[in-house]
Amino acid sequence: MGRLRSHATRDRGCAISRRGRLASVASVLRCKSSEHRERRHAATAKAFTACVAALLLGACSRQSQAPHFFAEGRPQKLSDWHMVYADGARLALNVGVVAYDVNTPLFSDYAHKLRTLWVPSGKAAKYDAAATFDFPVGTVITKTFYYPLPTGTFRESNGVARTYDQTVEFVNHQSASEGLNLDHVRLIETRVLVRREHGWDALPYVWNAAGSDAELARTGDALPLELVADDGTGEAFTYVVPNENQCAGCHAVDLTTKAITPIGPKARHLNRNYRYANGDDNQLRRWTSLGLLSGAPDVSAAPKNADWRDPAAPLDARARAYLDINCGHCHNPAGAANTTALDLTAFAAADRHLGLCKPPVAAGRGTGDHLFDIVPGKPDDSILLYRMMSHEPGVMMPEQGRSTTHHEGVELIRQWINSLPGTCVS
Amino acid sequence: MRKVAAAILCVLAVGCSKNATAPHGLSADDTAFQKKLQEELLDATAGTVIEIPAGTHALDRVLTLRANGVTIRGAGSDKSILSFKNQISGPEGMLVYANDFTLEHLAIEDSKGDGLKINDGENVTIRDVRVEWTGGPKTTNGAYGIYPVKCKNVLIEDSASYGASDAGIYVGQSHNVIVRRNRSEKNVAGIEIENTIGADVYENSATGNTGGILVFNMPNLSQPGNSTRVFKNKSIANNLGNFAAKGAAVASVPAGSGVVVNSNSKVEIFDNDIAENKTANIIISSYYSTNYYNRPGVDPKYDPYPRAIYIYDNRFKGGGDSPDGIELKTLKTALFGLNGHFPDILWDGYRDSKNLVNGLPPADERICVQNGGVDVLDADGPNKFKNPKVDTSSFQCELPKLTAVQLPGA
Repeated sequence: MGRLRSHATRDRGCAISRRGRLASVASVLRCKSSEHRERRHAATAKAFTACVAALLLGACSRQSQAPHFFAEGRPQKLSDWHMVYADGARLALNVGVVAYDVNTPLFSDYAHKLRTLWVPSGKAAKYDAAATFDFPVGTVITKTFYYPLPTGTFRESNGVARTYDQTVEFVNHQSASEGLNLDHVRLIETRVLVRREHGWDALPYVWNAAGSDAELARTGDALPLELVADDGTGEAFTYVVPNENQCAGCHAVDLTTKAITPIGPKARHLNRNYRYANGDDNQLRRWTSLGLLSGAPDVSAAPKNADWRDPAAPLDARARAYLDINCGHCHNPAGAANTTALDLTAFAAADRHLGLCKPPVAAGRGTGDHLFDIVPGKPDDSILLYRMMSHEPGVMMPEQGRSTTHHEGVELIRQWINSLPGTCVS
Repeated sequence: MRKVAAAILCVLAVGCSKNATAPHGLSADDTAFQKKLQEELLDATAGTVIEIPAGTHALDRVLTLRANGVTIRGAGSDKSILSFKNQISGPEGMLVYANDFTLEHLAIEDSKGDGLKINDGENVTIRDVRVEWTGGPKTTNGAYGIYPVKCKNVLIEDSASYGASDAGIYVGQSHNVIVRRNRSEKNVAGIEIENTIGADVYENSATGNTGGILVFNMPNLSQPGNSTRVFKNKSIANNLGNFAAKGAAVASVPAGSGVVVNSNSKVEIFDNDIAENKTANIIISSYYSTNYYNRPGVDPKYDPYPRAIYIYDNRFKGGGDSPDGIELKTLKTALFGLNGHFPDILWDGYRDSKNLVNGLPPADERICVQNGGVDVLDADGPNKFKNPKVDTSSFQCELPKLTAVQLPGA
């Protein structure tokens, strides 16, 4: 415990950023601890302590507030929720807000993502082996999309790094549990999923140019950015923030109920270790011990998708995990793309349901002149790969959520299709 | 102090901001229009009527609606124009997941993907809507113009589609559909009814497409279709070269097809004017003729045979004189000479050999023709056109007539 406390104390120090006055004003406005252990017992005390610490630093004009659940309406600012907040030096997590990650993420134009969960005190999500956990009313999930800044470019330019390297972006512990270092990242948008009485609502927020807060952007947005690779080459693109209805385009995974649900918080996506402030732990185990999750089996008995980048994982498992998270929200038997009879979830039988030798239905020019979704052993004859390679609306898949091609994802699926046996000629 | 701090923040924030909504080809007015319209769509509830003023409005992102009971109304399909020429995300022009939806009196132009897609809606009315790709027929045009899929109770009337790289008006996997008084030109397929149960297609004009009016069943989908009536339409001179990307179902449709029935059942074609379609005025075919059949990729329960097709009292003129594709050209020349023509009805000859009675399908599954002296060519597709023959007697039969589609409240 002593070690933990020392972390917390240091974090509460609210160091004034070297970026000066704006940052310091922001930091005193939003000075809070991101320590998430002991959320039940210590939240109030910690918030109080944090504010006292900030006052001692000179200018705490606003009390730290606990995470807030809005039972209705659309708060104008992300900071109104008190889940994550920019304090000038970092994007920090409020007390009781838990960062998490997924085994294989959705590709979003190479953006990095900070995912957080907050569940009201005394409530817990119910575990499910296949579906999204049943979260209690009051749950707030956020996902912040950001990019590391390329070395040698100006923050004010449109340049963002195209990299998988995360070493510079975290405040501590090689994970986002202690927040993001704003000296090294550009915040783009934060999407909020809130569980209300009637179900989930999705709200998109776009970060302002100063990086101090994010504003509600119900109709989405379009931002000109340039992906800068390690070798300095750039790829200009338009980063598209979805509108509220487009959120449902992915998150209404059941076309008939049209109900919005989170996609990531499922056992198979969460069953992995995360680097918490006090060490590595399995996320399912940690959520259970924090009282956020009930009914979970031992982690060895929970399903687990592969990490698509893990060279030790089997190719098939990596490819199926990639298709599951990138395509399965629409391409599932109840989803918006069930009009096409193509099922790309982890549960799809590895035959025509998964697209093997399946003729397309409504692909239009998206076929790229190919006859079947997947031709075993022939990635370049496969519609699925053709649509992944494209970044043109009307051809590309997924239909929304990206404006660039995911080269490494394409390479993975190419290798996988190459490895598939059989032929479509009957 | 708090106020001061907030004020400083505001000033700095505004000072640093470089107009977060960056320009991307849209004028300030169009950007504002798009934002306002999408906001109206987000805020809409049952009973909301959203008016689209006259004028051409450029948009760069798909319009989406998920609320039931909404009407979107323009000032006319030649007056209120939503142009997606500069679209950066979509791919549709308008995407609707809603019941009790009405769209009327406007145009959707140049979307990157489908013009108007309505997925899983009940009670859908499309009236006086024009969907057009203004650069003419191109493979890079969006696939479908007006595209309800998995819908129930659909009315599409007095509308038009031009230039779709698949089907201008396409109704897929739906129930209880009326498509009437529409115009479809320069698409690959003018009007296509696919895997749909209960459709009346009448008083439409399909001309200058690759194929005029199509009634198809594709494998693997949520339901096989049946019971479509095609009547009182004009399907004239649909001779446009097929510009669909390969792999699309309609890519197999030969240029010069008036009305095509593929693997569907209980289809009635009557009282139409079908003329000058250079491959054939009517084609009856099986999925086996499309080049896409393969055993691993097709649900074994799928029925690839057209059954209970009833053709009567149509007015045919010309056509069949210059079929598309080397195989059909060779067949036509071999049978009818350079200056001859196919009969008005071309059947690919695929039959379900498992249930033949005296060489013919059961009485309620036959292809029946009561159309004066009109002949049918059995092309003998299963044997690569080796023994084609013109036949009339095998098709001299009648089928019970289908009942008219009734929409609720109509």
